[in-house]
Amino acid sequence: MHFGPHLLLAALEGLVTSAVLALTALGLSLVFGVMRVVNVAHGEFFMLGAVLAWAISTAIAGHPAVGFVAALAIAPLLVGLVALIAERLVLRRLNYNPEGTIVATIGMLYIIQQLALTFYGPEARPVEPPFSYRILLPWFGYSGYKLSVVAASAILLVITWLVLTRTKIGLIMRATQYDRETAQAFGIPVERVYAGVFAVGAMLAAIAAVLIVPISQAHYLMGQDPLLLSFIVVIIGGLGSLRGTVVAAILIGLSDGIVSMFFSPTLAKIIATLVVAMVLVFRPQGLFGTTQR
Amino acid sequence: MADKNGFFDLSKTTLSRRTALKGIAAGAGLALAPGFVRYSQAQSSAPIKIGFQSHRTGIGAAYGRWYEKTSAAAVKAINGAGGISGRQVELVIEDDGTDPARGAEVVAKFAKQHKTDIVFGTLFSHVVIGSAPAAGENKIPYFVVSEGHHVASTKLNRYVFQPGITDVKSQIQSMAPWIAANAGKKVTQIFPDFAFGYDHRDYLPPALKAQGADVIAQIAIPPTESSFTKYFPQIPAETEVIYHVMVGPAVLTFVKELGEFYGSQRPQLFGFMDSLEATDINSPGLEFLDGSHFWEGSPRYAQADDSAAQKAYRAAVGIDDNGAAVGDPKDVSTASHMFGCWETLYVVKKAMEDAGYKGPEDRAKLVEATEALKEFAEGPEHPQGPKTFNGKIHQCFGIQNISKVEGGKLKVVHKTKIEDGLYEAEGDYTTQAL
Repeated sequence: MHFGPHLLLAALEGLVTSAVLALTALGLSLVFGVMRVVNVAHGEFFMLGAVLAWAISTAIAGHPAVGFVAALAIAPLLVGLVALIAERLVLRRLNYNPEGTIVATIGMLYIIQQLALTFYGPEARPVEPPFSYRILLPWFGYSGYKLSVVAASAILLVITWLVLTRTKIGLIMRATQYDRETAQAFGIPVERVYAGVFAVGAMLAAIAAVLIVPISQAHYLMGQDPLLLSFIVVIIGGLGSLRGTVVAAILIGLSDGIVSMFFSPTLAKIIATLVVAMVLVFRPQGLFGTTQR
Repeated sequence: MADKNGFFDLSKTTLSRRTALKGIAAGAGLALAPGFVRYSQAQSSAPIKIGFQSHRTGIGAAYGRWYEKTSAAAVKAINGAGGISGRQVELVIEDDGTDPARGAEVVAKFAKQHKTDIVFGTLFSHVVIGSAPAAGENKIPYFVVSEGHHVASTKLNRYVFQPGITDVKSQIQSMAPWIAANAGKKVTQIFPDFAFGYDHRDYLPPALKAQGADVIAQIAIPPTESSFTKYFPQIPAETEVIYHVMVGPAVLTFVKELGEFYGSQRPQLFGFMDSLEATDINSPGLEFLDGSHFWEGSPRYAQADDSAAQKAYRAAVGIDDNGAAVGDPKDVSTASHMFGCWETLYVVKKAMEDAGYKGPEDRAKLVEATEALKEFAEGPEHPQGPKTFNGKIHQCFGIQNISKVEGGKLKVVHKTKIEDGLYEAEGDYTTQAL
């Protein structure tokens, strides 16, 4: 294949990775930014979203689009509920202590993963895409659904940005992120904000998973890669910065697509890790992060 | 966190007389339970313990579950017919997480803690290679059902055997003539980037060369990869056959993305069933495979000419005519590999009975008795077909099936002969000390 089409395919693949990564990492970044909690179980919320999407779409008969839309609506809500319960039962009781929550979320990771293995099983199960249009380019075919994932992700990111910057809820979240004590002094119910943010973070991961599951199947170990990549994205972009997260996700996704296509996937991972190391050395707050006060 | 209830403070938990009595009673009950019975003639009536190193978690979990089902069915059949030398067989299962380091620990645990007679059942080649030294150090016979060439390469040690499934080198050699004659002469290989994939990488090119065909490109993909489109531009345009063998949970994505990439304008496809084990070939997106060919160890779908032994084996394991669990058509088996568990357990029975095996002190005798085996006849104990066994390289050789995807099923179109897959031994385990 010639260089031009080859690069186009690499860029398309990279964009799909970026789109899903941006949503997942945004959830992680929100939780850290507002709550200062490093949520190691984030990837498992992603997995849970995919597994629930499979369960919902297989339970609903008829056109695959019906099942998919139902999954897109219900799965994130259920995952949000699980996150809310976890927040109430675990994180709140630890007073959101940074070290304590890391250990607790590692525990949550294993609990969720093993419950999925027990009740869902070890198989990778497919979810039928809502439509299977194949875009025919002169050099190769490409899945139309994959492109729609990019569009859906972009829309969701814009909505999140609007909520954070233009609504009262967003204002409250930003106030809590900026200074917890002062926000509390002004009558903001900080604990409720925390619970909400933790649920929303998990829901973003779940939405990303529902979008990706028709491309790659639901599997109980699928949360590991997104977790690692999300951490990379969040560290590069700056913890708690929406803009940084999106820019870093596109950067990592595209470089992953292009480097792994022209060289090797291992090299792509090496480069991503190297960038993280460089960012940590020269700009510890991340590309768009602000220095901690 | 404060210890409000005093769970960790021993001074707060007083041991009442009633609690103590309960504890003693429970302890006595446990000692009397069946598992704790002391066998007066330990060696003649105690069960033979087979340590089953199972991929319960990790990327091999779907295989692990079916390996357990098949082994449980075989043990039930063996015990029902009187056990091994009149002793019942008991499986002791430990999860290795499909991880080589954990695998070695599990083998050591079987040898030292469970004190099992042998270790059995591993599939993934990197786990076998990682665990083999532990089997050698503990001098415990290790019967794997792995398909890789590592046992037959004689690079492991004298305690490792593969008597239930043919190795990849032999499989490739026996199928290469069919590929060159029926699929095409210019072959591009796609394989997983670890031990099992390297067997394919190393042995396909010479096997095809001998048939006047060529491997024109080799594409290695990491086994944990979840997206594959980015590799497909490396497939040369003049490719006539794509030879694919993938493992792990993302196999379905691999085939789907190949379909999206090529559409109906695809080269011929020849795949190893590993690419689709435990996956329904009628899953959405796999229509693309219609008309393509697969290697199968033992056919997933019931065939018109199935032997009585094959039918009995399928019924015992609990798979229906489509190769899925009876009662759950979505629970598709790993039929191409799991028959090896059934057959290996019968080889163990034969070898133990030949050796007059009494207990762990006879492990060396068991190794020698296994090495002395030559042939396994087709029948209830070997439902996949007849096999020969080479005691010098600890490897069996059987027939292979080439199946075509037709109308949502796999139909066997060619069966190789045992002779097609024989090769010069690369070494001799029997010269190693026991």
